[in-house]
Parts: sequence; structure tokens; C-alpha cells
Amino acid sequence: MKWHLPLDLTRRSLLGAGLLGAGSFLGKLLPTTAFAAQQQVSSPGESHDGGGSMTVGDVDNARNGFNPREILTDWDTGKASQLADGRTLREYEIAAEERLIEIAPGVSYPAWTYNGRVPGPTLRVTEGDRVRIRFKNPGTHPHTIHFHGIHSARVDGVPGSLQALPGGEVVYEFDAKPFGCHLYHCHSAPFKRHLHKGMYGAFIVDPDPKRHSKEEKVALSRLLGSPENANWQEFLMVMNGFDTNFDEENEFYAVNTIPHEFMKRPLRIQRDRPVRIYLANFTEFDPINSFHLHGNFFDYYDQGTTLTPTLRTVDTVMLCQGQRGILEFSFFEHEPGSYMFHAHQSEFIELGWMSAFEVVA
Amino acid sequence: MKKAWLWIILPLVALLISIRIFLSVNPLEPLGVSAPPIENLTIERTVLDDKGISLLVRAGGSEPMQIAQVQVDGAYWEFSQNPPGALPRLATAWIQLPYPWVWDEAHKIDFVTNTGVTFEHTIDVAVPTPQISFPRFLAYALLGLYVGILPVGLGMLFYPSLKTLGGQGMKFILALTVGMLAFLLVDTLEEGLELASGAASAFSSSALVWLVAVASFLAMLAAGRRGGKVPEGSALATYLAFSIGLHNLGEGLAIGAAFAAGKAALGSLLVVGFTLHNITEGIGIAAPLVEARPKFVTFLGLTALAGLPAVLGTWMGAFAFSPHWAAVFLGIGAGAILQVMVEVGSYLARTAYKLGGTWLSQVSLAGFVLGLALMYGTAFLVNF
Repeated sequence: MKWHLPLDLTRRSLLGAGLLGAGSFLGKLLPTTAFAAQQQVSSPGESHDGGGSMTVGDVDNARNGFNPREILTDWDTGKASQLADGRTLREYEIAAEERLIEIAPGVSYPAWTYNGRVPGPTLRVTEGDRVRIRFKNPGTHPHTIHFHGIHSARVDGVPGSLQALPGGEVVYEFDAKPFGCHLYHCHSAPFKRHLHKGMYGAFIVDPDPKRHSKEEKVALSRLLGSPENANWQEFLMVMNGFDTNFDEENEFYAVNTIPHEFMKRPLRIQRDRPVRIYLANFTEFDPINSFHLHGNFFDYYDQGTTLTPTLRTVDTVMLCQGQRGILEFSFFEHEPGSYMFHAHQSEFIELGWMSAFEVVA
Repeated sequence: MKKAWLWIILPLVALLISIRIFLSVNPLEPLGVSAPPIENLTIERTVLDDKGISLLVRAGGSEPMQIAQVQVDGAYWEFSQNPPGALPRLATAWIQLPYPWVWDEAHKIDFVTNTGVTFEHTIDVAVPTPQISFPRFLAYALLGLYVGILPVGLGMLFYPSLKTLGGQGMKFILALTVGMLAFLLVDTLEEGLELASGAASAFSSSALVWLVAVASFLAMLAAGRRGGKVPEGSALATYLAFSIGLHNLGEGLAIGAAFAAGKAALGSLLVVGFTLHNITEGIGIAAPLVEARPKFVTFLGLTALAGLPAVLGTWMGAFAFSPHWAAVFLGIGAGAILQVMVEVGSYLARTAYKLGGTWLSQVSLAGFVLGLALMYGTAFLVNF
């Protein structure tokens, strides 16, 4: 059909073909300059901040019931009480909730959540604490909470081991160990769907300084509530994505669910206080995600289970699905300004995982 | 009489009442129907200019649709929508993206709706969309002239030699014309259906092509035979020119749209191809005139009728294109071609009868096949 006119034939090859004498004669008669291909029009250059590469509008955080900025720092230490043996018991109530959330400006998504938010509540305890989680499932599908940590198979939170059926309730109880930057997620089948629909969250176990006498200072700086820790600017960042059209590819990428949130309103940090990021990767479908910091380098503690860095002086780390770690850096000697951080996969950047720190003196 | 009226109104009123009841009591509830809305988005026009990329989209959802975000080449991009807001069924809006598109390269656009559904649109080769300007208008007109007027006019120049043909020769030429028309019929229908596939599904454009073709065939046949007379001579030539003109409109449309969309590398080969391809059309139009004594101005008029629509087509294709209307035009064209096939065929049969034979003979078969072969052969020059 004439509809499919030549895509691969260039003007040169056609004119040069000389197939028909009359053809080149007619070709000369035609005022080719008047045609589209000869128009003196250029495409627009970069428009303004961000070069136009940005989602349009803002998410209604109030209607969602959670805010990606608050998730950065809302550590949930649970209901604490003293056990007979002197240890601390930390109790949590978590409920599965199947609900629509706005995962990008104007785009709603039928998520499965813990306590109505994605990522779920950030559980933060101390090494050696007893942790008890009462998990209710008023939903329509079975769900679990599977914790990453050292615990018995009995409380593993997989089908056959404390799975909460619709209308059911289960209780997970274990000692918090090892210290580190961990996570939890649903382990019900079909596994991939339960994960990418939003059932995941961070589980941070701070080191107990008494157990790490050689590195007590480092441990203290990690222990929430200590004076040493108070000086740090700590943030939780969960790298995630959403497949809104269910084609097993993500349409949106972000930290803490909402694309471009920290690009549109950069995250303010003070230059003279160190920064610690608890970073977890819950991106589905793509095997890896990454974190890259502009104009600076950081120390990295893979899984957070050591008090000395597992990688020193890097500006990019790569995390597979379910991998996580702790980043430590400071801007002590930097000029104030906007320092970007984002995945170093261009695809993820352009689909929302692009952010910036606003470093202030 | 009174009763008869009642029995027209009563069923209609009953229909309205039953629809009203259906909508108000939601009888589907026991079936558990709570399906998400069906969404559909058709991209009807693409404009690339120094402001970026603009797309005319038409919504085809069961409920008003909202375009939430737009990706260009896998990157979310700022955009504006005019008019803004949700798009009711069959409503259109322009989406403007200040995107730095790249000359001669491909771009992919993904629309993400508020429900997270995505719709993809590809720009195969990015070149600036022609803006209406006088020189450009003329250039497209000239293109149309080469494709329409020139070949038809040149074909008409065969007229004096047609006059010298005997009865058998005439049969041959008429059969050749029918063969050419058969090719054009298939070609026009194919093109119409292809255009229809790019139109919003709510328009049922494919069905429309067929229905319009049948309706226009019957209308043209009835118009041609009103007064009980079968069209011959210049009347038949006029119908031929009209139907071929509609076909050439489609060709012009294809060429104009392709040039505008950067799909055609402008080549003299293409123009020459169409000129050769369409020369048979001029011969066909002239054939019924052999026994008449047409004036010179008749030839000019017929050439214009058959050729000028190509000019119109290139303009429409380049500057104002909507697939469903184009499909309708081609449907009319197909019907018109079928009508002249019937009329030229019956003229052929009468000619053969006068010569003491039937419409089907070795001569007419050879003419028919040659007509098809000529069109098919020259189509090699224009189809890529």
C-alpha cells in the first residue's frame, strides 16, 4: 500500500538511482525546498529546570494517608515494655489493607499495603530486643509478614508458617538479630504480585553498644535515641517501582513510592551534620537498582551488619532485589547547593527515581 | 389510520421506559459486574515544530478519561493539555510536549491514564510538520498535479488512436479499462480499511468503509440510470472520471500524509511511479468517448474531474488529516469505481453484442488481464 512509503530510502539514494531519466527531470521541476523535509525548523532546546523531564502535578498525600517525606524519618519503635529478664519487648500492630493509592500525580493504583502505606511502617528496634508483631488480615487474599533476620522457621511468615488468611490474625515473635538494615515483606503466593503491589517495609535493628565494646562509639552513633545518634541526619529510602498496566514492567520508579518528590522539593540537609541513609531495594521486575550521589562519595555498609564499612569511598552502589545497606557521608567541606542523588540506570531516572539534596550551611 | 400511528409511538415509548428502568435499578448488580472502565485512546494527528511535539488525541473510553502523565522515549515529560480535564467519549484534545525531538530519528510516546493504563504512539521519522504557507501549498498542489492531472491528461492523448480502433480493438480497450478499475477497487478498499484501522474504534470505520461503498455504488448506479437510460458516451466518461478522481484523492491523501509525517523520502521515482501508474486511467476515461464527438473542453473537464482530487488529497493529507473521514472518502471512491465497472462492463457487453459476440471472448479476457497487469506492474514503482 502507498501508505507505507519508503522508510529506509534516503533522498540521496532515490535521486541517485537514476532509474528513469524522466524521473530526474521531474525531480528538478519540483520545488523540493517547499516540502516538509526542507523546512527551516529546529526542535526546541532544553526548556527550564529539569529540562522538562518531569512528571506533571503533585500527589495528594493527605488523601493517600502517608507522605514520602515523613517516611524518611518516621521510625516506629513500637510499644515498649520491660520483660522479666530485663530485656525490652517491642510490640507492633500491623494490618493488611487492600486499597487504591495515588502512586504518581494523577495515577491511582490498586495497592496491597501494610497499615495503608507503601512502604509499610519502618520498624526500628535494638539488637537483642524481643519483637512481637500482631498481624491482622481483613483483606480478600492471604498475606504474611516475612522478616529478614535470624529466627525460627516457625515464625518465618511464609505459606504454612504463620500465614494470615482473609479475616485471620497471626503473631510473629522473635529476638532482634543480627543488627543491621533489614526488611520485611509478604511471602504469600503468587509471590511477585504480593511484592510489587506494595507489601514491603524496612526493619532496622540498631546495634547494642554494650555488645560491641571495641566499636562502642560507632555503635552508639547508630543507636536511635543516643546523644551520639542525635547529631546524625538519618533517612530511610526504599527504592521501589509500580507496574500500573500489569505488563510486568514498571511505569514509575521512586524512593518512598512517589516519583520526583525529592526533585521537585529537594531534601534539605545541614552541611555540618553527617548523613546516614538506610537504603533498601524493593524494585520488582528489574533485577537491580542503584544509588548514585552527586559531587560526593560515601562509605557503604552492605546489609548494615558490620560497624566498619564494607565499601569505602564510592559514589554508586548497586543493589539486587531485597538487598539493602547503610550509606554514610557528609558535606562538611562542600559549598551549599543542590546535590542530586538518583539511580544510575537512566531508565529509572527518567521514569521518576531522580532526587536532590539541598545542602544548607 | 390513528391506530397505525399509535403503534409507531407505543414501541418507542416502551423502549425509552425500559432503558430508563434498566439504568436506574442497575439489574446487573447480581451478576457482580464492577469492571474497571474500558479505556481507549487514538492519536489522530502529530505535529512537530519548534515548540516540540503536539498530538491530537481522541478518547474512546466507557467513561471520561484522564491523561495523568506522558512519557517520551521512556522519560516523563512536562505537557499541557488543551482543553484540560477529563476527556468524555469521542472528545479530542491537543497534548503539547516541549520535547527536544531529533531530526530523522524515531520517538515513542506513552500516555499514562489515571488508572495506570498506557497507550503507545510511535513517530517513525521525526521531521517538522508542514505548516500552511503559500509556497508549500503550491508545492503540494504541484505534487498532486503530477500524480493526478498529468497522467490522466497524457492518457487522454491516446484518444485519436482509440478512434482508429475497430470493433475488436474497442472491446479490448473497454476490457482493459474494467481490468484497471478492478485493480483500483481492491486498492481503494484496502487503503480505506487500513486508514479505518487507525481511527477511533467507536467510529466502526472498517464497517463504514464497506457500508459507504455499497451505498455510494447503489446511489451512483441509480443516478446514472435515472430515466431508464444506461449511461454511455460522455455521461459514462464523466462517471469514470468522477470515480477515478475519488481514487486519486485517496492517493493524494496517502502521499500528502506520508510526506508530512516524514514517512516518504521525497523522490522523483515516486512521482514518476504514480504518473505511470495512473496513465491507464486516462485511456479508460477516453474509451467510452470513441463513438461520440466530444469537444476539446470536455477532455479538459474530464481530466480535471479525475485529476484535481489528487491535489485536494495532498493538501488534506499534509495539513488536515483525520483517518475516519479519509476512510469515508475512500469508501465512496470504492462504490463509485464499482458503479463504473458495471457500466463499462455493460457497455462492453453491448459493443460485443453489436459485433455478434458475447462479452466474454479471448479479446476481452486479454484486455482485462492486461489492465490488471499494467496496474500491478506499475504499482511496483509506488509501493515500498
